[in-house]
Amino acid sequence: MGMAIDRDDTQFHVLAVDDSLIDRKLIERLLKTSSFQVTAVDSGSKALEFLGLNNNDADDDEEDEQRDSNTESVSSDEDQDHQDLGLGVNLIITDYCMPGMTGYDLLKKIKKSSSFKDIPVVIMSSENIPSRISRCLEDGAEEFLLKPVQLSDVNKLRPHLMKGRSKDIDSSHKTTSTRLITSGN
Amino acid sequence: MDLAALKTQLKNFVQSMFEEGVLDNQFSQIQALQDSTNPNFVEEVITLFCNDAERIINEINRNLGYQNVDFSNLDSYVHQLKGSSSSIGANRLKLACANLRQASDERNKEGCLQAVQLITCEYCLLRRKFQALLHLERSIVELETNQK
Repeated sequence: MGMAIDRDDTQFHVLAVDDSLIDRKLIERLLKTSSFQVTAVDSGSKALEFLGLNNNDADDDEEDEQRDSNTESVSSDEDQDHQDLGLGVNLIITDYCMPGMTGYDLLKKIKKSSSFKDIPVVIMSSENIPSRISRCLEDGAEEFLLKPVQLSDVNKLRPHLMKGRSKDIDSSHKTTSTRLITSGN
Repeated sequence: MDLAALKTQLKNFVQSMFEEGVLDNQFSQIQALQDSTNPNFVEEVITLFCNDAERIINEINRNLGYQNVDFSNLDSYVHQLKGSSSSIGANRLKLACANLRQASDERNKEGCLQAVQLITCEYCLLRRKFQALLHLERSIVELETNQK
């Protein structure tokens, strides 16, 4: 997947994950219409790969630290490498129902990762199952969107992206981001 | 036929599909995403949808051809088709999928076979209409290009 991505600091970069070709096309168009830069992948494992995390890294940060202490590299450098590989992803939007790794599995892995746990994750699903929705929100998802996703839903993502972006900024320039607490309406 | 008349014809045609319940508002959302930077968006989505739907319907039929039907596999395919239908606004096809989902949940092979027939019917109807729609769209684009 060779890409030359122009890292425009004024544009937000969204990583979209969905196994459905049509849904990927739609979400990509919706996001681009809203002036987001988009990378769309068809599985959770490809998403992790894009971020520079393989399944092992995401699963066990302890193992990571063990490895780091044996090598020359300092763990913060490796974090930076991961961030660079992730090409400044400001938000991850993922389908819930996917073969292999579900969107929920992906959410858990991202939240367990020291490099990426602060990236906001949004989950999409065609099924309105309250227990599913609460579980995702409780386990760190910022929003839960019902499919088909609309342009108005995409507009709801902006505050979460602002939050993700402010983590990137140097502490001396930290802006206060508006924290929106959503309850999966 | 002039450009304005063609556009009206397209608009009326899509409207009739809404009225028949063949399409729902989601299709309007898709139309709204087409603009000068993405002039073929509707056609691209329709093409993707039709290819996907045909693939899935074939898989469903193949699965139902076995003596021992793998219903969880079937369920996965129905879910995909229902999802795609919903995403493009194919309302009646989406509803037909719900029938199959139910029959599959009940492990009712005969019910599944009937439900697939309905799905196939709805899909064929939809595809015919989509083809007419795209034909109109292309005529419009051609006229618009010639006028420039």
